[in-house]
Amino acid sequence: MHIVIIGNGISGITTARWIRKLSDHQITVISDETDYFFSRTALMYIYMGHMRFQDTQPYENWFWEKNRINLLRDRVESIDIPNKKLNMRDTSSIQYDKLVLALGSKPNKFGWPGQDLDGVQGMYSAQDLEGMEKYSEGLKHAVIVGGGLIGIEMAEMFHSRHIPVTFLVREKSYWNMVLAPDESAMVNRVINKNGIDLRLSTELKEILPDENGKCRAVITNKGDEIPCQFVGLTAGVHPNIAFIKETEIETQKGIVVDEHLETSVKDIYAVGDCAQLRNPPPGRRPIEAVWYVGRMMGETAAYNICGKPVEYQPGIWFNSAKFFDIEYQVYGTVLANPPAEHKSLYWEHPDGEKSIRIVWDDVSGWVIGFQTMGVRYRDEVCRQWIRDKAHIENVLMNLGLANFDPEFYDQYESEVIALYNQKTGANLQLMEKRGLNSVVKFIKKQFA
Amino acid sequence: MAQAHNSLSLSNPHPTGMDTVQKIASAIGGLGLLILFISLFGQINGNYGTWLTASLALMTVGVCVYAWREYMDKPEGIKNNHVWHRTLTNKGLWGWIVGVVLTGFYVVLYFYPQYLGLAKEGANSGLIALFDSLSQALKGQPASQWFVYGALYTLAILIFGVKFLLKYRHNRYQQIRTLSVMFFQLGFAFLIPEILMRLNYPYNNFMNMWPLNYYFFDGWNIQAMTTSGKVGMFMFAWGILMILVISPVLTYFYGKRWYCSWVCGCGGLAETAGDPFRHLSDKSLKAWKIERWMIHGVLVFAIVMTLMVLIFNNGTLRSWYGFAIGSVFSGVIGVGFYPLMGSRVWCRFGCPMAAILGLQQRFFSRFRITTNGGQCISCGNCSTYCEMGIDVRSYAQKGQNIVRASCVGCGICAAVCPRGVLRLENSAIDINSRTDEMKVIMISENGVRI
Ligand SMILES: Cc1cc2nc3c(=O)[nH]c(=O)nc-3n(C[C@H](O)[C@H](O)[C@H](O)COP(=O)(O)OP(=O)(O)OC[C@H]3O[C@@H](n4cnc5c(N)ncnc54)[C@H](O)[C@@H]3O)c2cc1C
Ligand code: SF4
Ligand code: SF4
Repeated sequence: MHIVIIGNGISGITTARWIRKLSDHQITVISDETDYFFSRTALMYIYMGHMRFQDTQPYENWFWEKNRINLLRDRVESIDIPNKKLNMRDTSSIQYDKLVLALGSKPNKFGWPGQDLDGVQGMYSAQDLEGMEKYSEGLKHAVIVGGGLIGIEMAEMFHSRHIPVTFLVREKSYWNMVLAPDESAMVNRVINKNGIDLRLSTELKEILPDENGKCRAVITNKGDEIPCQFVGLTAGVHPNIAFIKETEIETQKGIVVDEHLETSVKDIYAVGDCAQLRNPPPGRRPIEAVWYVGRMMGETAAYNICGKPVEYQPGIWFNSAKFFDIEYQVYGTVLANPPAEHKSLYWEHPDGEKSIRIVWDDVSGWVIGFQTMGVRYRDEVCRQWIRDKAHIENVLMNLGLANFDPEFYDQYESEVIALYNQKTGANLQLMEKRGLNSVVKFIKKQFA
Repeated sequence: MAQAHNSLSLSNPHPTGMDTVQKIASAIGGLGLLILFISLFGQINGNYGTWLTASLALMTVGVCVYAWREYMDKPEGIKNNHVWHRTLTNKGLWGWIVGVVLTGFYVVLYFYPQYLGLAKEGANSGLIALFDSLSQALKGQPASQWFVYGALYTLAILIFGVKFLLKYRHNRYQQIRTLSVMFFQLGFAFLIPEILMRLNYPYNNFMNMWPLNYYFFDGWNIQAMTTSGKVGMFMFAWGILMILVISPVLTYFYGKRWYCSWVCGCGGLAETAGDPFRHLSDKSLKAWKIERWMIHGVLVFAIVMTLMVLIFNNGTLRSWYGFAIGSVFSGVIGVGFYPLMGSRVWCRFGCPMAAILGLQQRFFSRFRITTNGGQCISCGNCSTYCEMGIDVRSYAQKGQNIVRASCVGCGICAAVCPRGVLRLENSAIDINSRTDEMKVIMISENGVRI
């Protein structure tokens, strides 16, 4: 059987690796972006000089041949579904028995005047990185549009090269659709502290060209004109499915898939950023454009393709990011605008750069989410508590189990408890401090 | 909310490259180095003490002021911007220059000390004479090339240690660890042995054990210790105790890091002066294969050599070992190649001590680096900055613990990870299963697990 995978990102590659683990099928992975799989999440570190491009490739180049994963650098122009054939840009067409669509995303553009000018781009692909590198030469001012995770990464990138940045954020506060006001305010502070010109509640209206068709300034919805030679469009991404739309494969925002990640057409699967779950599990969104989802979907799809049907079960949500020097982690449900029954305890360090938030259900007392800034929490423990519906007071007393900061770091769990006691009149004491011994015991107990 | 647009140049107030103060600091440090160079060519005669003090002070001030400017006016955090852009740290022009100069220094030091001014008879001259006064003050003898080397080595660990402390001021593990290597170098590797010699006891670094200290079982060394009264006997007993009891026990509890990145002088230099070059270590599987052959080969060599000395009283192998491993490998290549092959070439490919501790760490130690469930984004920072060339990411992205013989527990992988994935930990409870966790695998034959 010949399995063809379009896309060599995390989802496509994970699919390929697992198919190889599970079977001897012939595997071909096609991408028009790069010869080898690299970590998109590390694009910023290449620009900032932390790593070279090859350092972002998780596998050495010999890996693919050794594992008999055939790599092809080309673009798929269209799919001939009745004949199970892919029409390619450069090479002759390719026959498949099963097809995996791992097409990823594309940066959003909202029809702004001037959005296709020279010097205006998003940051998604290796080519985008080359573009940034090219435009950075002699760049005096950059404007970034869109206050999400990629926008702040782009700001940090230019910052590292001492290129002044204006950061236009439509919302009242950075990423406040996801972060609660306290955490969002913390990130605002960090952005300002680093000398980024953060403009909240500000939208892009228009990008102005110079005589050569290159951007020379942006105009905001407040009427300000900001001269710049580069505009970064980072207002989110959408599934990269233009050529799928022309086929009979069902699409909405993304490629619609069932629990087995199969599309409406038999033997065609979709994974990663481009896939949209017809019936997302409770608490999960239909499209989740994050690394981990691509990885989990890839594994699930491989099982299904190899005749071992399993449903996609992503489990409890988790994610992480880094805002300049502040690390962010979340486990479970922590909403920016929570319903009344979500109670939340928010502790913040006096330095204003560390915080711990715990969310629980007011009626049952079950813990449903953790969110930390500048403090590392332990995935296994947090998600175990959420899965087990642990009671908030029980969790607090054992909170040290969740601490994942390096040795010798201050532990703030007793301060979190003190805050809880003060707010509720309870009299809880911290019983577990940070440390692997108790964690192992805790986890063993859960599985016993 | 019209803001004045000319305030936009606000971004990143820290200049690219060096600022004026840093340029002055570099000049000051360079002046200190220049004094050493001038003395090397016999141009300093007399007033040795003053010149030496001036030189050491200038270098100290230069490095400390430079580092202060580099880090203290920036927010705390990881400082790897432009590491791969600068020719000193990307195997470019400056890297080669420093590599060649360092290598040249080691060749002269080991094989042609007369060019440093070492006199077989009579008074030293040149660079070595410059250190005579310090040597006299400490051990009551004129300096040797080894004294000069020891003093400069210690200075490097101290001043670049200060730089590292400032760079990692947000990370208490790095702080304590660095203070520890600075302490052990200054006290145990430098001052105590010299003072012992002043008191007519044999030279002894209590923290340097066989087989790193490959002459421990040499006849002359055993004799020196056993004929130096209680103190000598203590040295002998302590040396044996270190090998047989202290080091295995500590490695069992904490992994080999207690030695390699907290105590050892070779590690100390790698972690301080060598820190800017840590990313240059080769991460390929091939390098790992070569590493395993080489380091265990050296270990076997060291053991055979010692047995030859002990049982057959045959020193031929021993002198070969001293030349090939003790001099060429540990010094010339080990340090000289910092800017080309990273800071731990010796520790990774050549140190027999690292080999022994590594085997202990791999097979019976509570130590491991744990990965935080599925949080890894495969970015590669951990692997890039692992000075031992461990492909940390290959474990982290599978959710597997890192249990590797070569890991020196420096903790830098955990520090640079932008997603908080890695943690250095010890536990006895799951000691036998610490390597086989694969948490990110979602599905298994027995159903779904996350
Ligand atoms: C800068 C940046 C930082 C990020 N940081 C994080 C993070 O910290 N954490 C996190 O969870 N997520 C992060 N993400 C999101 C994460 O990277 C994506 O969710 C993930 O890479 C998607 O993987 P994928 O395999 O679905 O698609 P992709 O990685 O996009 O792979 C799709 C590939 O398919 C190729 N392709 C598409 N169509 C065709 C065709 N017709 N022919 C040939 N090839 C084709 C594309 O060129 C591309 O190479 C980040 C994304 C970016 C851009
Ligand atoms: S794995 Fe981490 S702790 Fe071990 S040597 Fe490498 S960087 Fe240091
Ligand atoms: S640095 Fe962290 S996120 Fe990046 S590959 Fe290593 S463990 Fe994964």
